[in-house]
Amino acid sequence: MIDCDYLRPDNLEEALGLLKEHGPRATLIAGGTDVMAKIRNTKKTPEVLVSIRGLKDLKYIDKRSGYHIGALTTHRMLEQSELVKAELSALHDGASRVGSVQVRNVATLGGNICNAAPSADTAGPLLVLDALVFMEGPEGIRSVPITEFFTGTYKTVLKKDEVLTEIKIPGEMEHFGSAYWKHSRRKAMNLPILGIAVSLKLEGEIISDVRIALTVAAPTPVRANKAEDFLKGKALSDEALNEAGKIAASTECCSLRDSLRGEAWYRGEIIEVYVPRMARLAAERIAQRRSK
Amino acid sequence: MKKVSVSFTLNGNTVTAEVPVTWTLLKTLREYFELTGAKEGCGVGECGACTVILDGEAVNSCLCPIPEVEGKSVTTIEGLANEDGTLHPLQEAFLKNNGVQCGFCTSGMLMSSKALLDQNPDPTEDDIRTSIAGNFCRCTGYVQIVESIEMAAKESK
Ligand SMILES: Cc1cc2nc3c(=O)[nH]c(=O)nc-3n(C[C@H](O)[C@H](O)[C@H](O)COP(=O)(O)OP(=O)(O)OC[C@H]3O[C@@H](n4cnc5c(N)ncnc54)[C@H](O)[C@@H]3O)c2cc1C
Ligand code: FES
Ligand code: FES
Repeated sequence: MIDCDYLRPDNLEEALGLLKEHGPRATLIAGGTDVMAKIRNTKKTPEVLVSIRGLKDLKYIDKRSGYHIGALTTHRMLEQSELVKAELSALHDGASRVGSVQVRNVATLGGNICNAAPSADTAGPLLVLDALVFMEGPEGIRSVPITEFFTGTYKTVLKKDEVLTEIKIPGEMEHFGSAYWKHSRRKAMNLPILGIAVSLKLEGEIISDVRIALTVAAPTPVRANKAEDFLKGKALSDEALNEAGKIAASTECCSLRDSLRGEAWYRGEIIEVYVPRMARLAAERIAQRRSK
Repeated sequence: MKKVSVSFTLNGNTVTAEVPVTWTLLKTLREYFELTGAKEGCGVGECGACTVILDGEAVNSCLCPIPEVEGKSVTTIEGLANEDGTLHPLQEAFLKNNGVQCGFCTSGMLMSSKALLDQNPDPTEDDIRTSIAGNFCRCTGYVQIVESIEMAAKESK
């Protein structure tokens, strides 16, 4: 690191003021796990670091007409939350698999989303939970659905002078089951070759609603709409789920990428296998909750 | 170079460091306080050799900007044994079980497992493995380390 200013505002207003004042020279830092690793790897220090780690008001997991999760909530808090585990299971699966305990103790949900790596482990879960992303800037508060938040690899709709404040998951997830599979070579300390998230709602044996998301597959996280449309209204059966897996892996849903971590053909095969598996796990979780 | 003055509790003592604002907690521990127990392996959060306990939680000190430590409490390997020199049950267990070979990972392993036992005195093997998943050891193959932590948990009861 070379020279820089390290500013630690006490509240959101002050943070927004500092971002405005320093403009493009400023970089926001939350848990810093991405920012610090990047500084070290590129040997470039931003001129001004505006740290929001002290903004305790942005650290919460609340349930009231939906679920409200503050941007500074750590992955460890999500991992240890019984509410998240039971009702937002896919997010629990994703957050629990980020890095190590040491990383999860400081790394935030907001940082994971704002960094917008194709491999972000909470992106797929948030897509299938239909999350809304709230941002605050000089012009006030705005929100976008998570499906519109990512605009490219490491790119989002967030403006330089805005702070992501909250992730909201609109109500009624009690009736959904969800699951996320991080496909990686090792169990820990590894970025995914592919991420597959599924959430579904069952009425009797009929799939009344379903969402499927793929991450790492394409430059941004994507929903497999065609596969979702195919499943909606069908009975939960191996045939239907397997067919949905095939559709999700096909070019109808996304053009799979080749990368160092995995080739497109391999990613396709994993999608085909794990979309049905995650759908079954999501359904099992609904059954488990009902039996309690 | 711009400096900051940061006051915090280090192994039970109140301290103040005057260091460049861009330093990490790891660099401050090693180069300002000359506490070289926490090691730098990768410098980017991958290896866990730099693990310390910050306000009760295991963190990678290489990823922690020093200004964030203001007012916090830091425990390093140097603060693990009692003041009279008697070792912490974890240290005893690592010695008895050959949990140490070259020793480079050991201080990080001990801090991660201390944070675990402080929060969960009766961990399962899974809990133990999760707690040290961010600590790389290139020597032991981990088995003796897991056994050491299991033993320390039993003996602390
Ligand atoms: C060793 C290691 C292992 C990792 N493993 C994984 C893994 O398995 N899976 C995974 O998904 N990620 C992993 N990561 C990446 C990282 O930990 C996560 O992306 C983390 O959630 C980032 O959060 P943070 O608070 O540390 O973000 P920071 O580093 O503080 O910030 C990341 C980016 O987001 C911006 N930002 C942060 N918060 C806000 C906000 N509230 N509003 C606006 N902008 C904001 C910052 O300006 C920066 O550009 C790993 C990182 C390390 C170092
Ligand atoms: S030196 Fe900090 S994790 Fe490797
Ligand atoms: S004992 Fe050598 S790295 Fe663990």
